[in-house]
Amino acid sequence: MLSLIVFLPLAAALALLALPRLGDTAARWTWVAVAAADLALVVAAWLRYETPTAGRLAFEEQVEWIPGVNSSYHLGVDGLSLPLVAMTAVIFLACAIFALRETDRPRLQAALFLFLQSVSMGLFVAADLILFFVFFDLSIVGMYFVIAGWGHGNAARSAMKFFLYTFLGSLALLVGFIGLYIAADPHTFDMVELAEQTPFAGSSLAGGLVLAAILIGLAVKTPTVPFHTWLPPAHTDAPAIGSAVLAGVLLKMGTYGFVRIAMPMLPEAWRDWAWVIIVVGIVSVVYGALVALAQTNVKRMVAYTSVNHMGYIVLAVGAAGLIADDTAQARSIAVTGAVTQMVSHGLITGALFLLAGVLQDRAATYDMDSYGGLAGPAPRFAAFFAVGAFASLGLPGLSGFIAEFQIFTGSIAAAPVTAIALVGILLTAALFLRALQRIFTGETRGRSVGFTDLRAAEVWSVGPLLVLSLLIGVFPRPLLAVIEPAAEVAVELVGR
Amino acid sequence: MAMRPLLLLPEIVVFLGGLTVLVSGSFLPRTRQWVTRVIAAVALVAAAILAAVDLPGLAQPAMEGTFTVDTATGVARIVAVVGTLIVLALASDEIAGSPRESETYALFLFSTTGTLVLAGADDLLVVVVGFLLASIPLYGLIGIARTPRGAEAAMKTYLLGALFGILLLLGVTLLYGVSATTSYADLTDRLAEAPQGVVAAGVVAVLGGLMFKAGGVPGHFWVPDAAEGAGGAVAAFLTTVPKIGAMVAAYRLIAMLPDTLAWPLLVAVLAVASMTLGNFAAYWQSDPRRLLGWSTVSQVGYLLVPVAVAGRSDLALPALLLYLAGYTVTNLAAFAVTTAFPDRRDLDSYRGMGRARPWLGASLVVALLGLVGTPPTVVFAGKLTTTAAAWDGGLAWLAVLVFVNTVVSLFYYLRWIASVYGRGEPPARTLPAAFVPRAWSATTAVVTAALSLLFGIGAGVLWSVVSM
Repeated sequence: MLSLIVFLPLAAALALLALPRLGDTAARWTWVAVAAADLALVVAAWLRYETPTAGRLAFEEQVEWIPGVNSSYHLGVDGLSLPLVAMTAVIFLACAIFALRETDRPRLQAALFLFLQSVSMGLFVAADLILFFVFFDLSIVGMYFVIAGWGHGNAARSAMKFFLYTFLGSLALLVGFIGLYIAADPHTFDMVELAEQTPFAGSSLAGGLVLAAILIGLAVKTPTVPFHTWLPPAHTDAPAIGSAVLAGVLLKMGTYGFVRIAMPMLPEAWRDWAWVIIVVGIVSVVYGALVALAQTNVKRMVAYTSVNHMGYIVLAVGAAGLIADDTAQARSIAVTGAVTQMVSHGLITGALFLLAGVLQDRAATYDMDSYGGLAGPAPRFAAFFAVGAFASLGLPGLSGFIAEFQIFTGSIAAAPVTAIALVGILLTAALFLRALQRIFTGETRGRSVGFTDLRAAEVWSVGPLLVLSLLIGVFPRPLLAVIEPAAEVAVELVGR
Repeated sequence: MAMRPLLLLPEIVVFLGGLTVLVSGSFLPRTRQWVTRVIAAVALVAAAILAAVDLPGLAQPAMEGTFTVDTATGVARIVAVVGTLIVLALASDEIAGSPRESETYALFLFSTTGTLVLAGADDLLVVVVGFLLASIPLYGLIGIARTPRGAEAAMKTYLLGALFGILLLLGVTLLYGVSATTSYADLTDRLAEAPQGVVAAGVVAVLGGLMFKAGGVPGHFWVPDAAEGAGGAVAAFLTTVPKIGAMVAAYRLIAMLPDTLAWPLLVAVLAVASMTLGNFAAYWQSDPRRLLGWSTVSQVGYLLVPVAVAGRSDLALPALLLYLAGYTVTNLAAFAVTTAFPDRRDLDSYRGMGRARPWLGASLVVALLGLVGTPPTVVFAGKLTTTAAAWDGGLAWLAVLVFVNTVVSLFYYLRWIASVYGRGEPPARTLPAAFVPRAWSATTAVVTAALSLLFGIGAGVLWSVVSM
């Protein structure tokens, strides 16, 4: 089941590459069909999903891969990964639909994104560190070609910076993985076994160094302050669907690594360093929001709000490491909020980046001051953007609220000082309202004149993302029912 | 102890193949020199099959204990012979019809024999024989193109080779002087009792000689010049095949030494020097072959990592062999792309190649990212296991430096990839606008790149072979 979900897009990508005579239209629709089929498979998996016993995974598959170093092809999902798998499938389908109007090498683009989809799916279901790393690295390679091949502006330079920076992170991660492997007895790369063993129990210096390597790797990918500088140029110069995937899916690989790898495998070190992680989280929240406030480029602004939103997640998982009596429930709420935020941010920011792509498509600029009164000529665009902005700033009734509410409930109960991060919410509210005002209100002027409203493909790609955000905001139960048991297990593991 | 010459059958077959090529080449008319290529290929295939048949089983001494046939020898044989076979495929474009066709093939085979001898040598004197047999044909190969740069590179290689050859002999003499033996079987105990200063000097000299052969610091100076100045097939050969024998020989040497001095540290320092120097020197190279030449210097650094922990980690030897196998196919894939476009000697001249020739472009990406160690290529599996071996053997810092260097190396490989997929046309000079690849090289590039991927995905199978 999981193998099929992971490799169906890759097979389709290879088929697209092998059939150069396929027409552009056929290639675009093949991409949509395959992404839809993959989503259908994920939905089927979700319906059949039952919470596995603590420390185990559902839909497990395991085949020997490199037995010499105890690395296996091991897949499985639990409440931490299943929502992300579903979110990934949704975002890639949205991108496929959005790209129906693409004219620049659509067949290659479809193949590349299908490849990226396989890689992203694979990462979230991997239960072996080497397998995880393989997908982690390939996601960088795939995104490099997306930015370099379909980007605009100074795409080659941004792509290079992205590649070098995140590759550095991935290698730090690999150093940490090898450390875990060597410390484990018997040596293994299997995530489930490593979480059981907690290899560095009792050696806080070595454990701290290995955790530092892993944290740096994940922090670059997430990104958190101070490792975020690759993100704004990469986003600004990436094509719309590239940005949507980068922000929606690829950033989650970092935060997912915190809850999947760092917390359960290095609980002692995690607790020792919890305050550092919390501080990094708070700084990311506030700094990301402040820098976003200063932007005049819409896409850069959304990019910096990603730093801010990822900061909430880092804050929550950091707070989960503050072990004190009777805060277990609060910490579990924080972790649930963190995972919900991953899903929510994926949907909302994915939608916002696609909408920013519409600006570039119509008027070839992201500059807010070039627009004004856009709500007149493009009411649907204005409505969609407003919903996205409100969701992103955490308006109740939308998914961002559910996520951030839980994060703060849990974190503040565990450590009241984390309330500082609430400033971030205020700032994002201010910056989004200001952006809405500058772009959409007032008299129609500048590039807004003659702006074509959203087309069908754009409505049908962005719309579902926003609807899902609304659904999660109004009926969070089905999602939380999957996440909560896994969050409890994660908190229990980190408390060992 | 017996001679048991049949154990050396693969070496004998390759060497006799070389002689046959040389003799028959002098009798064949100019238009039918291709026959010698077929003879060479048949000899190599036969040697590969013989080596594969011999592969499973325990270590067997031959030639009165001066040569060992074990898994390392067997894997090195197969990798070296297959590597030469791939080089022959590249040569089909470049060397076919050239004035010295059969001589080139013969020199390839002789040098390969030298590599095979080095890989199995269990005696210092056999190491010397292997060194000379691998080196001397190489001087001829580099100069055979008869270009000014080729002549310069041949001269440089020859002078350095002579220097390091003498150094190697000096080292052997010193070690013999304090131990009265050259056989590894006896050296371990006797060196433990010998004066350590002399032992250190001797080992450093021998290791220096092997580093010349492998193209690592301190014997690396000839590599970039030779890679740039020699013909494409020769460049591919000299940056790949000699390393196989030299690295296995270095492993055997370090594994044999008694635990009296800090050998792992010495090798680790050489490894770090090699990878760092190679990477930084490759940074601003504009000739793809010179860039690859420096990149191979850095690869020797990575290959030395498992050598540093020889005997201290069970992972070391299999990791070395896996890396060697992966490096061979991946490096040859990169060189195959350069021989497919022999006139494009500038990174900029590859601009637009990715679009014009998608398969070749993809092969180059796989090869270059493979050399970086990106999964799922086989070099990733190699890098993973070598660094795990280093960590396991107590050199965690070396593992970290490997990864730091990997990041450094990414930049210059990406420069080439960025130019392949860059927009716009190649700068108009005398180059033809269209990308018309040479047929054999193009096919070889695609096949070797595919192998690099396949071996990576099937690394488990490969591992079970190299750790037999």
